[in-house]
Amino acid sequence: MSDLTKTKNKNGIKYDVKLKKNTIKKENTMSPSTLNLVCNVDTLRTLIKKNKVRVVDVRKKDEYLKGHIPTAASLPLADLLSDDSPESIIKIMNNLGIADNTPVVVYDDTFGALASRVAWSFKFVGHKNVSLLEVTYSDWKNMGLEIEKKSNKFPKSSHSIDIDYSIYADAEYVENARNDKNKVIIDSRERLNFLTEHIPNSKNIPYTMIRSEDSILRNPSELKRFMENRGIDSNSEIITYCGSVGTLSGLVFFALKTAGISNVKLYPKSFKEWKSLGKPKIEFKDATYWDLSAE
Amino acid sequence: MVHSVDSDILSSSKKKHLNPDENWGLVEESEYFANKVKLYRQDKLNADEFRRFRLQNGAYGSRLNSEFSMIRIKVPGGDISPEQMEKIANLSETFSIGSAHVSTRQNIQLHWVQLEDVSEVVRGLAEGGLTSREACGNTIRNVMCSHFAGVCTNEPFDATMHAKAVAKFFLRNPLCQNLPRKFKFNFACCSEHGFVRIADVGLVPAIRDGIRGFRIYLGGGLGAASFIGHLLEEFTPESRLLSTSISTIRVYDRLGNRENLARNRMRYLVNELGWEKFQTLLLKERVIVEATMSIPTKNAFDRALSINTNANSLSTISNKRKLPLINSDIAQTPYSRWLNTNVIAQKQPGYYGIYITLGAGDITSNQLRVLAECVREFSLEQKARTTPQQNFFIRYIKSESIPKVFTKLSSIGLGNPGANTLVSAVGCSGTTSCNLAITNSHRLAKEIQSKFLELNFDMDPAFRTSTIKISGCPNSCGQHEVATIGFYGGASRIANSMAPIYTMLFAGSTGETGELGKTIMRVPAKRVIDVVLKIIECFKEEKDGNENLHDWIHKVTAGHGNDKIKTLDDLKKILVPITELPSFAENPDSYKDYGADSNFVAKTARGECAA
Repeated sequence: MSDLTKTKNKNGIKYDVKLKKNTIKKENTMSPSTLNLVCNVDTLRTLIKKNKVRVVDVRKKDEYLKGHIPTAASLPLADLLSDDSPESIIKIMNNLGIADNTPVVVYDDTFGALASRVAWSFKFVGHKNVSLLEVTYSDWKNMGLEIEKKSNKFPKSSHSIDIDYSIYADAEYVENARNDKNKVIIDSRERLNFLTEHIPNSKNIPYTMIRSEDSILRNPSELKRFMENRGIDSNSEIITYCGSVGTLSGLVFFALKTAGISNVKLYPKSFKEWKSLGKPKIEFKDATYWDLSAE
Repeated sequence: MVHSVDSDILSSSKKKHLNPDENWGLVEESEYFANKVKLYRQDKLNADEFRRFRLQNGAYGSRLNSEFSMIRIKVPGGDISPEQMEKIANLSETFSIGSAHVSTRQNIQLHWVQLEDVSEVVRGLAEGGLTSREACGNTIRNVMCSHFAGVCTNEPFDATMHAKAVAKFFLRNPLCQNLPRKFKFNFACCSEHGFVRIADVGLVPAIRDGIRGFRIYLGGGLGAASFIGHLLEEFTPESRLLSTSISTIRVYDRLGNRENLARNRMRYLVNELGWEKFQTLLLKERVIVEATMSIPTKNAFDRALSINTNANSLSTISNKRKLPLINSDIAQTPYSRWLNTNVIAQKQPGYYGIYITLGAGDITSNQLRVLAECVREFSLEQKARTTPQQNFFIRYIKSESIPKVFTKLSSIGLGNPGANTLVSAVGCSGTTSCNLAITNSHRLAKEIQSKFLELNFDMDPAFRTSTIKISGCPNSCGQHEVATIGFYGGASRIANSMAPIYTMLFAGSTGETGELGKTIMRVPAKRVIDVVLKIIECFKEEKDGNENLHDWIHKVTAGHGNDKIKTLDDLKKILVPITELPSFAENPDSYKDYGADSNFVAKTARGECAA
């Protein structure tokens, strides 16, 4: 991806690029059907049968080899995180044979958090048609649905790059957003972690709030009501973060999107980077709340 | 997605239809709460009005952080179904901290819930037939009932249905929406099991001339100033339970102190009027109440009373079996240790009640789910009870199921022994979440439990029936005044440094002859365990034969000890050196409270126990 040049744009975002957009439409066996943000089991099974989807398994390689959803490609999250620059993400997508118009469904076995981080990354570099499977691999298997063990390989594709900064935030951006009334920073970690320390002015929506018993995300009407209760309207700009690499907050990113909030950003480097940069944080030390946990 | 738009927020696939008479919840209250929060956030509702509303609905402000609430879920009579336990497990994971907390008044509390999510918890509770309505505030709090009711060998009848009928009648009743202060009922099963002398209304079941009724005690209660309740009359028949309850509430509502927050519980009114005068007023009031009570009112109560006879119908079951293994001579396996302290024979032959020992009442969502499965799988009555010792008690277990129950409970860390012994220390929430707390009583109770289990104290019969109860301030939520050894938290300057301190009390007791403990001495928080260990050492040297710790402490408190330790002064002399701290410079840690890295500061804010 030699046509990438790193500059800083007015928002101070580092992965700015100037490039000739790859406008050549590649021929693909898959016809572009647009997926919802969350893909249900029946839809995925139909797409697999019609060979119209790239299924991406983000669990560890050895778990993939023990069994996976038919036709799935393996992309362990750690492989993506080892270099999550846009160039690297595009390279990964090309190796998985994902072209611009390939519908992609991502799944994991971690209530959707790992899958969300991968799906977000694909969106970030410009892939428009990516969806999260509504259940985990364990759920899929427990439902008695078909699995396979063979390692799937795909012909390389050539995905264009069109970085979507509207879904990305870095530390500087978050810092500026802290005192902006139109921007809401959401901490996606569990309550006790949030109480211990968090980014000033952030609000807590623990990832545990957004799942239901049978899906990685609740239905949109419930998610909407949760936001309304918090006084967050669908026109707000929201930035989500979590502990370290943007997985839990990736899931909350998708939850907010399904709740109908259009302007959602992920701060993928999250609180780990924030702290390492010595940025301000709020600590709550007036109560010994950790002692309430029976863990 | 496979969702219906109107599916409930934590819909359970195992959802059952709620029995309308067992349903305490009201879904509309969720939306009502959400709207009030919005008005409050928009400054359209002032803070005091909102606070009153919030407390009336069971949301108690969290320690020094009003953005969060503790939600107190009422468990009327302590009786809870497995579906309700699962519902609470889900709600805790979703909106709280993934653990729930059993209180000394048989409530289940969810801590650190964001104010904006309280309405969602209220909704979820209502779906499970539960409510937090009137669990806080100046109203009728959770109506307690002995967890042995229905299975106690000494009870004349099962009072559970009476407890629930009282709870049902007063819940959302206009009569008690704005009392001078909170109001507490406690039903016993027999004269031994119950907290009847420390409640506003304490009731001990009795039968006279073939008629069911109660011995009713009024005006007891623990707090900064505690009182033991007075017996209203020799016998109050069941038919006068409602009129007596209403009369008491009316007299209190009319004459109770509405000015002084520190003196507005009914026990102060009784104390100020004098018992005889209060008693006369009450009996006169009852005549009026009975003369004017409408038939629908009486019917409503009688209907509530007539339902829920489940436990009674079970009591006829008879199946003679011995406990599979109670033999203290054999090698103490974890199972036999647990069996010795946690399994109780019921009056129904062949059936057993099992304690689930928690640490200061805390249980994780996953543990709650396993416990719910246990109830479904093994309990004939399909219910569990919360206990004032902050444990669960599951009943109607067949003897052959006991090992299976143990295996299942142990698989998730719920198989600890030591229920009803010195090991199972009670601790209120303390500085983990309460505005009034000075010390971390909650953690101290857990520290005592793990230390005493490590020392195998559960295996010593001398520690059975002895209790340790700890409150984080003088207000007695930990019920320290009715413990064998009680503690309440405070702060003290030692040399030039502040340290968390507990005041130790001896010889409190519960039941119909319950007495308040006597103040003994002050002990720094980090020396409490050492002091108790020293007391135990003295006890072992001094005890007569098979005397137990509880009796010995009562004896010494009364000044009737043996030669070496005859009186409290003798014992204090031995304990004082242990309570002395080295200088702060030498050992700063001994000046810190449990669970805190930083130096101790006594921080409190306005209490939430009065609206």
